[in-house]
Amino acid sequence: MIKKIFFQSIFFNFFFLKEVFSAESGGMPQLDPEFWISQIFWLTITFGILYVVLSKFILPKISSNLELRKSQIQENIEAAEKQRESSEAKLREYEEIILKSKIEAKNFFKNAREKVIKDINAKKEILDKQIDEEISSAEKEIETLKNVAAEKINKIAIETSSDLIKKLIGTEINNSSISAIVDDLSKKNKDKYYGS
Amino acid sequence: MAANPMNQFEVYRIGPEIKIGTLDISFTNASLFMIISSIAILLIFNWGSKKRSMIPSKIQLLTELSYSFVSKMISDTAGSKAKPYFAFIFSLFMFVLFCNMFGMIPYTFTVTSHIIVTFMLAAFIFIGVTIIGFIRHGFGYLKLFVPSGVPIVLLPLIVVIEIISYLSRPISLSVRLFANMMAGHTMMKVFGGFVVSLGIVGGWLPLSFSVALTGLEILVAFLQAYVFAILTCIYLNDALNLHH
Repeated sequence: MIKKIFFQSIFFNFFFLKEVFSAESGGMPQLDPEFWISQIFWLTITFGILYVVLSKFILPKISSNLELRKSQIQENIEAAEKQRESSEAKLREYEEIILKSKIEAKNFFKNAREKVIKDINAKKEILDKQIDEEISSAEKEIETLKNVAAEKINKIAIETSSDLIKKLIGTEINNSSISAIVDDLSKKNKDKYYGS
Repeated sequence: MAANPMNQFEVYRIGPEIKIGTLDISFTNASLFMIISSIAILLIFNWGSKKRSMIPSKIQLLTELSYSFVSKMISDTAGSKAKPYFAFIFSLFMFVLFCNMFGMIPYTFTVTSHIIVTFMLAAFIFIGVTIIGFIRHGFGYLKLFVPSGVPIVLLPLIVVIEIISYLSRPISLSVRLFANMMAGHTMMKVFGGFVVSLGIVGGWLPLSFSVALTGLEILVAFLQAYVFAILTCIYLNDALNLHH
């Protein structure tokens, strides 16, 4: 669109100018071949020199500098990558160590617990044995006491009954007949008092 | 009269007339601006590539950016085979760009606004590309004119059209640059003339338009250099990688 307006206005200008400046030698100076050869000659020389100097001296410098920078950046990136890897490896090592020590601590704890439990058990056994012994000795004593108690009771019963009879009747009675009666009674009532 | 907008394209002799045989190769204002452009390019790029520091200075960054810009342009359009022609396309792009840009300074001469200059560049490119194509592919390069997948009935017509379009490449390439430069500069001159003739009262409108046109022309100056270079790359691509 802009181009269209451009060219339209140019053509309009040409038309317009031809009328206004008709006194001057009109037309486009570009189409005048007077200096064509000169322009071709100088273009060849300047562009040729420009091309040679640029391609031989300047562009290689720029390109080598760009390459150098690129390789430098690449190297730096690689170095950074390497360091990152090494730090990652170290981190992994550290984590491994922590894991190991955790397991060790757990083992220690477990061992200690087992030992303590064993100790407790052993002491408990010993105590149980002692308690059993004491119980059995106490039971024995009770048994002997039980046996002795019957005889003693018999004796006491004979003495008291002889005393009672003496006080009631006023005459002494032969101990042996009393004891025969007490024995008989105690034998009869033994089951009642002591159980079987 | 200086108000004639075509006067700025006048070529005139500077210094004595130089002749080789019957050929007039006098030093003219066109030659002067060709030399100025070339020297400016060489100075800037020499300055920018001298220090070669790892962290580039501004001027070095400029040269490196333009290097990678052209390099990317070539590798995108013509592939890696075009690497040997990098220097040529780079100097072509820079030459056209600097000639266009120097033309934007008032009272200067625009080298690329002359059809003979652009046509010489285009013709050189055309001939060079054709030679490269024939060296690379021999007579197989003629397959360029026979696109694949065309019905046999249409083939004669297509081949004729392809040949005409191929032969008109230097003309279209040169006329594009030349016409753009000439049109823009003529427009600016015409609007400048309007500013003078309309005076203090009505001159502001063409003046503002002229300012806007200057911006547009700077854009066009860059764009046409870019188009010139990228079309060269495309023609080179046809010659290097024959896939039609």
